[in-house]
Amino acid sequence: MDFSWVASYADLLVRGAAITFLLLSISVSVGFALAILLAVAQVGAFFPLRWLSRGYCTFFRGTPLLIQLWLFYYGLGSYLPFIPGLRASFLWPILREGFFFAALALTLNFAAYQGEILRGAMASVPKGELEAARAFGMSPGKILRRIWLPRAIRIALPTFAGEVVLQLKATPIVFSVTVMDLYGAAYKIRQDTLLVYEPLILVTVFYVGLTFAITQVFQKLEKSVPSRR
Amino acid sequence: MNSVNSILELLSINPPGWGGVLLTGALATLLISMGAYFLGMVLGLFGAFGKLSGFRSIEWLLQLYTTVVRAVPELILIIALYYAGTDGLNRVLALVDLGPLEVNGLLAAVIVLGFVQGAYMTEVLRGAILAIPVGQLEAAKAFGMRPALRFRRVILPALIPNALPGFANLWMGVVKDSALIAVVGYQELALAARVAASNTKQYMVFFLAAAAIYLTITLISNQIFTALEAYYRRGQRELA
Repeated sequence: MDFSWVASYADLLVRGAAITFLLLSISVSVGFALAILLAVAQVGAFFPLRWLSRGYCTFFRGTPLLIQLWLFYYGLGSYLPFIPGLRASFLWPILREGFFFAALALTLNFAAYQGEILRGAMASVPKGELEAARAFGMSPGKILRRIWLPRAIRIALPTFAGEVVLQLKATPIVFSVTVMDLYGAAYKIRQDTLLVYEPLILVTVFYVGLTFAITQVFQKLEKSVPSRR
Repeated sequence: MNSVNSILELLSINPPGWGGVLLTGALATLLISMGAYFLGMVLGLFGAFGKLSGFRSIEWLLQLYTTVVRAVPELILIIALYYAGTDGLNRVLALVDLGPLEVNGLLAAVIVLGFVQGAYMTEVLRGAILAIPVGQLEAAKAFGMRPALRFRRVILPALIPNALPGFANLWMGVVKDSALIAVVGYQELALAARVAASNTKQYMVFFLAAAAIYLTITLISNQIFTALEAYYRRGQRELA
């Protein structure tokens, strides 16, 4: 085992870890917001939205993330330059990067899985509570905001930590679209130094450490949310 | 934008269409997934019984196996096992004075993914075995059944309905994870789509086609697993 390269690549590794963490944070937070919309659309009464949301979840849960990533990066990416005015706009430096497509694919994918979980959680909120809210004269929007969603999120919370860990473990594939995340850094080190195992072991320790940290944080969060069983 | 005709031409089975390449890739994906799935099932069965065996050292080793495999990102595991596996094999061969061996890509993919599946299978099967009422196992023992007979007549039939939802999830997982094999360069569906796409510059068409094939596989599998569970749960009381 030879770890003498760590010092000279420390910068690359730290930046890679930051990008991995950034991708995880973006995809989990934006994906969760999207998931709420998807879940509400699926339990709602408006059938085109219900149908659309179900189709979305089926597509993103039924195909590999790698295909989705390549579909966005290569497929969508090859059409973007033809949109008039886009190349000149301030958005172009962002839209040109692999990072944007990686974040997009990870977010949409996470939203589909989380949306399906939230839909199940919303369906398992006791009917009596919703009826009580209606009996109080709450409007449908208020019931959703004050009773239905908070209760559903509370029900789904124990699975959330697991989903975030799965999401973390999904991030390394972004290296295939030129994003220098933590795994991308390890890949570059392997190419430079011809060491196969050492860089992999180092980044693995980081992933496992982050997994541990995530489970700890969510355990604290779960304890801090009041619940009566 | 393409007209419908030229897209159909691109996807036609015979060259210059790339449909044949995609379908061959899909077949490789199915083969890898099935091979890894059944290898994982065998490993998982041994793993589950090992974890419940009561031997401290075996339990500890299996705990290490399932924890590490489930904590490390799949892509890293696949790459590490793929290189470490072939590298290790060639070192062993060099020790006994044999030249390096070119490992068959399909076989390597099956073994690598199967090893990963085995860890998840262990947990699914362990849970399914633990969910069997103890009284049933004690009754079988009281009848004087030997372990093999007990497994075949009591444990297995009681375990299958408990394990099926987990099995279904793992199958969907392995079909999707098999796409990661593309990264180590074996031409299954994802890599076939990429090759076709970069040759024709029609990225959207081929990745959507690949997505449609994956979707078909998962949707049909879903139907099969639903039917299987209904079959194995026949005669059981419905859950409230």
